[in-house]
Amino acid sequence: MEEKESMFSKKNIKLLKDPLNDNNPITVQVLGICSALAVTVQIKPALVMAIGVTLVVAFSNLIISLLRNFIPNRIRIIVQLVIVAALVILVDLTLKAYSYDISKQLSVFVGLIITNCIVMGRIEAFALANKPWPSFVDGIGNGAGYGFILIVVSVIRELLGSGKLLGFEILGHKAKTIAESTGLYTIGYENNGFILLAPMALIILGVFIWVQRSINTKLIEK
Amino acid sequence: MDRNSNSYTLIFSSILVIIVALVLAFVSQATKSRFESNQSNEKMQSILASIGIDVERDQAAKLFDNYIKQSLTLNADGSINKSVNAFDVDLHKEIKKEASKQLYPLYIAEKDGKKFYVVPLYGAGLWDAIWGYIALDSDKNTVEGTVFDHKGETPGLGAQITEKWFQAQFHGKTILSDSIAGFNETNFISVKTVKGGAKVDDNHGVDAISGGTKTSDGVNAMIAERLAHYLIYFQNI
Repeated sequence: MEEKESMFSKKNIKLLKDPLNDNNPITVQVLGICSALAVTVQIKPALVMAIGVTLVVAFSNLIISLLRNFIPNRIRIIVQLVIVAALVILVDLTLKAYSYDISKQLSVFVGLIITNCIVMGRIEAFALANKPWPSFVDGIGNGAGYGFILIVVSVIRELLGSGKLLGFEILGHKAKTIAESTGLYTIGYENNGFILLAPMALIILGVFIWVQRSINTKLIEK
Repeated sequence: MDRNSNSYTLIFSSILVIIVALVLAFVSQATKSRFESNQSNEKMQSILASIGIDVERDQAAKLFDNYIKQSLTLNADGSINKSVNAFDVDLHKEIKKEASKQLYPLYIAEKDGKKFYVVPLYGAGLWDAIWGYIALDSDKNTVEGTVFDHKGETPGLGAQITEKWFQAQFHGKTILSDSIAGFNETNFISVKTVKGGAKVDDNHGVDAISGGTKTSDGVNAMIAERLAHYLIYFQNI
């Protein structure tokens, strides 16, 4: 008889931890870049996007894994798309009803979770060949790895671009004149408007990959 | 059963699609009322913002009646259509009809004892629909404020029509060439965005958005087209 594996066995913990560093979907596999550039101007939408993607990856992995022995191979990809699209619509409807402003900020990018390579990638590479629980954990891990990068990039962009974190003015208040301003702005500090544009997000990501690889040397290709 | 047979594939996909459709239909119905109230609150918030009242979205419904004294639905000839509530007029649908058959909503607001006329706008930007509100002073000539929103203009370029600096420029501009000559087509010149920047003494022009020329043009066309239909009403009151 097959030995029963515990829910948080070493293997499952590895599924959760790997995507955060060694096998990060954005910085190592370079998937899901598009939305990572678009929704990281502020922390709040980035956070919501991270949660949305995590839920979609985790539950699409779970459902596909449950169905893996019943899905006709010929229409495999279509079935996966139907499941992913349905989950994304659920996220979209929920945001529209309960978090209208964020749903407006994220606009098309919620719908575009469907095309996020991480989702289909994990289903094809993992869920189709593994049991439901490990698949679910794998989804959570990959969503968290994606979300982690989004949050790091958005913290840098919101702080340097708008002088705020989560909407709170960290560096002081910038008014029309220096005399009316407070904090750093009194000595002539200016926000960097360039940080708010997509190209800078790409450069921040690049710097992040550089830092990650110099710490984690096994990621460097020989 | 053979998982590669046609009948298995057909049955599997049918069951899957039915289940997914049921789940989605259920959730869509369950969230519909909240979504619609969000939208109507946002509309009230925009109308209030056009006369310079900034409120949170969930407060908008409460304050709306305090400031908006009259909501009128006008026919193309300037007469008032009493059978339709102005707030329920969907410009997205109206604009597809012939001009003579459209309904034109108008909100009359009062703030600090002053009267304002708020005209809803709807038009086309570069990629998709743009819309907004323009508030005119009691002389129906001077612009008090504007609000713009869009469905899919380019972020950082055309999408800047939603930003305060762009909208605030319209304040104090006039839509008539001569304030006494009345509301007729020859005297009406609307307000326009000017590529390269409006001159300081330009009473009808504001700065267009660099890199957002097509969206700026859309704003011009939208304001001119919509306001033109209200001239006959403004002339008669």
